[in-house]
Amino acid sequence: MTNRPYVRPMPASWWLRQGRYVRYMIREATCLFIGLHALVLLLGVYRLTQGRDAFDAFLAALWGPAGQVMSAVILLMAAVHSVTWFNLTPKAMPLWIGDAKAPGWVIVGAHYAGWFVVSAAVLFLAGGAS
Amino acid sequence: MSARQITLEVLRYRPESESEPVFQTYTVPCEKEWVVLDALNYVKDHLDRSLSYRWSCHMAVCGSCGMVINGDPMLSCKAFLRDLPDHIRVEPLNNFPIERDLVVVLDDFMDKLKSVKPYLIPRQPAPEAGGTYRQSAAQLKKFKPFTMCINCLACYSVCPQYGLNEGFAGPAALALAHRYNTDSRDQGRRAREDVVASNTGIWECTFVGACSEVCPKDVDPAAAIQQTKIASTMDYFKDLLMPRKNGKGGNGKQAAGNNR
Ligand code: SF4
Ligand code: FES
Repeated sequence: MTNRPYVRPMPASWWLRQGRYVRYMIREATCLFIGLHALVLLLGVYRLTQGRDAFDAFLAALWGPAGQVMSAVILLMAAVHSVTWFNLTPKAMPLWIGDAKAPGWVIVGAHYAGWFVVSAAVLFLAGGAS
Repeated sequence: MSARQITLEVLRYRPESESEPVFQTYTVPCEKEWVVLDALNYVKDHLDRSLSYRWSCHMAVCGSCGMVINGDPMLSCKAFLRDLPDHIRVEPLNNFPIERDLVVVLDDFMDKLKSVKPYLIPRQPAPEAGGTYRQSAAQLKKFKPFTMCINCLACYSVCPQYGLNEGFAGPAALALAHRYNTDSRDQGRRAREDVVASNTGIWECTFVGACSEVCPKDVDPAAAIQQTKIASTMDYFKDLLMPRKNGKGGNGKQAAGNNR
């Protein structure tokens, strides 16, 4: 008997081998767009420190065609990010009510409810400020 | 009953004569109720005695017959031909070195299994005079699914993190650690945390979730790992607020978050 174990190399394209890996990579990649959005917000704050004209120019750029396309893409990616992660929450935080496990949709639903409440609060505050 | 002709394409590796694995094709007359393992046994009995593979129970309890069938890791004794096409590709489990044909080297997993202390580390002293530990049905229910693992290694085969970093303790070992950590009779969580709550333990996992999708026993290792991450993060903050006197909290080597 020859003992010469064969190790199969893992190619850099491993994630293209199966649909589940591709879906995982898409989920992970959406965080780049969340990061991009954070940078846009930071840029806005920075432009604000430079005075009214600078901030108005920033807003104008954001409302321009390129800015709108960027915002739409970010919104779409943020939605994919939130939905994919919310769907995973029952695994990370199972909820026991007495000695019965709450169904997954309760936990996912609670996250959507929280999302809705926070979004409504932000919209309310933003609306009240203008 | 007329036999169905199945083409079995099996990845073969004979280290004494081959420098790398090659596919070999067999045509097997199969009965309707057969599983892939039956087809392999037919090859071994009638066509090619040199074919090597592991199996024992033929009833999905021993965990030794795990292999990759048409791209997905499964128990070959549970992979019914009626659910599969006429052309079946059989390969050894991914992410493990091939010993011979469909037999992989398990040493790495065995070491990892041992490293998570997969046994009861009971509370002391024993709560009952006779040394038995009581557990209610409700307490058992909390961790029961995590006890079902049969070490078939389907989860390791499909885990890209294990493939990329063989230091990773991996799904089944971490699920078993969680099984003991959440057992009401156990108090070994702190004893396991050096291995479990480390860079090569739960924090190497990026929640791909493939392990839970392929597990033939519905163990849900991905859930076990994420729940351990939460428990371990709590431990970290507890240690920060109230350093343990004789534990590891005092010497700066703490549970989880700082290992990231
Ligand atoms: S967790 Fe499931 S897939 Fe992994 S070794 Fe155990 S039984 Fe097999
Ligand atoms: S032979 Fe035992 S699990 Fe398949």
